[in-house]
Amino acid sequence: MIQRATAGRLPAATDSAGLLSGWRRELDNAGVINSRIHALAVALVIAWCGVVRAADTATAFVGGRVIPVGRAEVPAGTVVIRGGTIVAVGPADSTPVPPDAQRIDTTGLVVMPGLVDTHSHVGGGQGGDASGPVQPDVRILDSINVRDAGFRKCRAGGLTTLNIMPGSGHLASGQTVYVKLRRVDTIDELLYRDADGRPLGGLKMANGTNSQKEPPFPGTRGKSAALVRQKFVKALAYRDKLAQAAGDPEKRPDRDLELEALVDVLEKRKIVHHHCHRADDIMTVLRLRDEFGFDVVLHHVSEAWKVAGALAKSGAACSVIVLDSPGGKIEAADFSLVNGAALEAAGVPCALHTDDPVTDSRLFLRTAALAVRAGMSRDKAIESLTLAGARMLGLGDRIGSLDVGKDADLIVLSGDPLSVKTRVLQTFVEGRQVFDRDDPEDRLYAVGGFGASRDQKAEPCCIGPALGGLK
Amino acid sequence: MSLDRWRACPSPRAARLAAVVIALAAPAVAVAEVLVVRGDVVHTMAGPRITDGVVVIEDGTISAVGPAATTPLPANAKLLRGAVVTPGLVDAHSVVGLAGHLNQPQDQDQLDSAEAIQPELRALDAYNPQERLIEWLRGFGVTTIHTGHAPGALVSGQTMVVKLAGTTVEEAVLVPMAMVAVTLGDAARREGGDADAKSPGTRSKAVAMLRAEFVKAQEYRRKRALADASKHPDVDLGLETMAGVLGGTVPLLVTADRAHDIASALRVAEEFGVRVVLDSAAEGYLLADRIKAAGVPVIVHPTMRRAGGGGETENLSFESAATLRAAGIPIALQSGYESYVPKTRVVLFEAGLASVHGLTFEQALAAVTIDAATIIGVADRVGSLAVGKDGDVAIYDGDPFEYTTHCTGVVIDGVVMSEEAR
Repeated sequence: MIQRATAGRLPAATDSAGLLSGWRRELDNAGVINSRIHALAVALVIAWCGVVRAADTATAFVGGRVIPVGRAEVPAGTVVIRGGTIVAVGPADSTPVPPDAQRIDTTGLVVMPGLVDTHSHVGGGQGGDASGPVQPDVRILDSINVRDAGFRKCRAGGLTTLNIMPGSGHLASGQTVYVKLRRVDTIDELLYRDADGRPLGGLKMANGTNSQKEPPFPGTRGKSAALVRQKFVKALAYRDKLAQAAGDPEKRPDRDLELEALVDVLEKRKIVHHHCHRADDIMTVLRLRDEFGFDVVLHHVSEAWKVAGALAKSGAACSVIVLDSPGGKIEAADFSLVNGAALEAAGVPCALHTDDPVTDSRLFLRTAALAVRAGMSRDKAIESLTLAGARMLGLGDRIGSLDVGKDADLIVLSGDPLSVKTRVLQTFVEGRQVFDRDDPEDRLYAVGGFGASRDQKAEPCCIGPALGGLK
Repeated sequence: MSLDRWRACPSPRAARLAAVVIALAAPAVAVAEVLVVRGDVVHTMAGPRITDGVVVIEDGTISAVGPAATTPLPANAKLLRGAVVTPGLVDAHSVVGLAGHLNQPQDQDQLDSAEAIQPELRALDAYNPQERLIEWLRGFGVTTIHTGHAPGALVSGQTMVVKLAGTTVEEAVLVPMAMVAVTLGDAARREGGDADAKSPGTRSKAVAMLRAEFVKAQEYRRKRALADASKHPDVDLGLETMAGVLGGTVPLLVTADRAHDIASALRVAEEFGVRVVLDSAAEGYLLADRIKAAGVPVIVHPTMRRAGGGGETENLSFESAATLRAAGIPIALQSGYESYVPKTRVVLFEAGLASVHGLTFEQALAAVTIDAATIIGVADRVGSLAVGKDGDVAIYDGDPFEYTTHCTGVVIDGVVMSEEAR
């Protein structure tokens, strides 16, 4: 079950012409920024003091171009959300707006799903330490600062779901965590959870040069693969012992957090998110996957274009990075902007990612646009920012497209998602606004400036009553 | 045409020579010595944009610019067409050519850490015209870069200006010594300093060392000018360079991001009467008035430079270029220095983002053409499309700043370097 917070910020502009009209003016004035401070101050006071039940309120985004992802765009459409869920999507002239709904006029604007970043390092999280190359027991969720300014920059970029990963300096650097960018104060409130309430995430693994160091780390690629195989062989034996014990506490092997995590991988309860660049490293990951039978998403894949056919045959999914230039390290020397196009042509499932801080989360849309520049189709590129990534996190049934029943994670854009001129105007998570470019504080994180990298303030969950506000 | 892709960075002169040789040897082969570039829109950066314009290049130099309908075109010219034509882009600050794409010791010549102050290091002696990143930048319309020693030492060495062509630095170079690179702030400090004072441990120490170097250079300059040659000090390459800075022939390129480091740069510049060009200036917007009053131009940080938490660039803004320009400060954009992935940025992209964060299209384009050329001292050769200037042109299939537009042609000194859509 996903916890849905019910108290907090007001879920959207209450006045349909209201907040978004400031955008249009800003865009019209190209460069002359009018922040409409007075109106915003009022909105902020309402937002900070107000305590409403999002579940009770419907919001309708009416009139804009709707990009649902996975099916045809609606040139003038309506999206209705209620209780944190999408309840209607369709042409504006045939999609009724509930009488109680707050209307947001999106005429001339674009509405699309919140972006899904399959590979992020936002929040200052850490994975394994220098004690060894394989540390699957380490969870990044135990180290994330949810008030890191990076989260606000993510929301400013239209991101609503992240896979936060430990680094690539280990063969297995720890468990990743899937987070939903609610505005909250603890990591526990950001988590995606499974039906048993367990945090959702994958296992970060890496090969190639980043994880090669002095012993006990591997010094070669062959040694890297051998160390991983050795650990998985142990995990297989552990799994067998668990199965033989059949729940009998007398026969059960001692708990081992490392092996438990690897059993989760072997049982496909956790997806391996595997850093790899070179074509031979890509093939090594697939070889290990076939030997041990885990699910894997291949990340970065700088040389995917060299082995697109083999990737297609393997059925593996790829999460691609888009960089402004090749190099920076030897294994990224043959990086090509054409990766997205090559994988699309070969029929390989392809998502994109930021690898923030390697690329800026506020410019995630740009990543797709550059993939299009190098030959990827527009539709696939947009899918790579949303639904494709959601599927690679095992969340494709909940997020990634504007479909009835899915979470109301969506963004309002000033124009075409692939244009440099386009800005993210508003970001919604489960129907609640988590970014509004008309809010001066949000704008600071979107554009930068003095203080834009400082940790954000705590969310004002409790000051409303203290100030005599509404309960 | 298909053979061109196999030629590594053909030097314009060599290619022109080859063209002549081929033309003489085999007159049947059509090799254009004269080039006409025609665009639906031509941004000359020397006047208003021209609708359906042409740029004529003869012997590597622009011989005519104007509307296609009224500009006489030479016979037998090679024709390149595009939706938009601009001057070849000028990257006002890079380290490419000294810093290679592999990011391994063997291709990183942009910073020597043996000493804090090494103004005698020439960029010329370390530039590799075969570096793959040069071809990469050129593919996006960049034809001239100001490159050289990197930020990271108090005085890290010299910079220079090159064209992205040629097989040797001698063929590529426009200005052999453009500026002397100084870094103020964390990047030039070593924790606690060095016992032998080779690197400063604090900001105050760094400025004290820089001032001491200028005082030494003043004394050196005075003694070298004495009438009695027997009293001349021995030639010192470092002091010779700093004396050039004191004499006003070479500006200091001061990399500084924190406002107090920028203030220090202005303070030192005023004390010694030296020309300064500010580099990066993430917090420059906090003291735009002082920068303006000092008459100091700013080569603004890459628009997309990382604003890492806690680092000196944490307060940078996508709107830095616009804010400084609006204050009346001459600005240019740059690809900057990258220590990891990606190994270089591309000024075309940096200008594109700046163009939607407060700069107009024309202002952003100027920041990577004529304004950049002016700040790095090569505006007489490059940066605009005008008669007598170098035949450096970039061609696009749409709005150059749109992410999905391609750069479809690059010309340097009248030689077509690339026609591949990038």
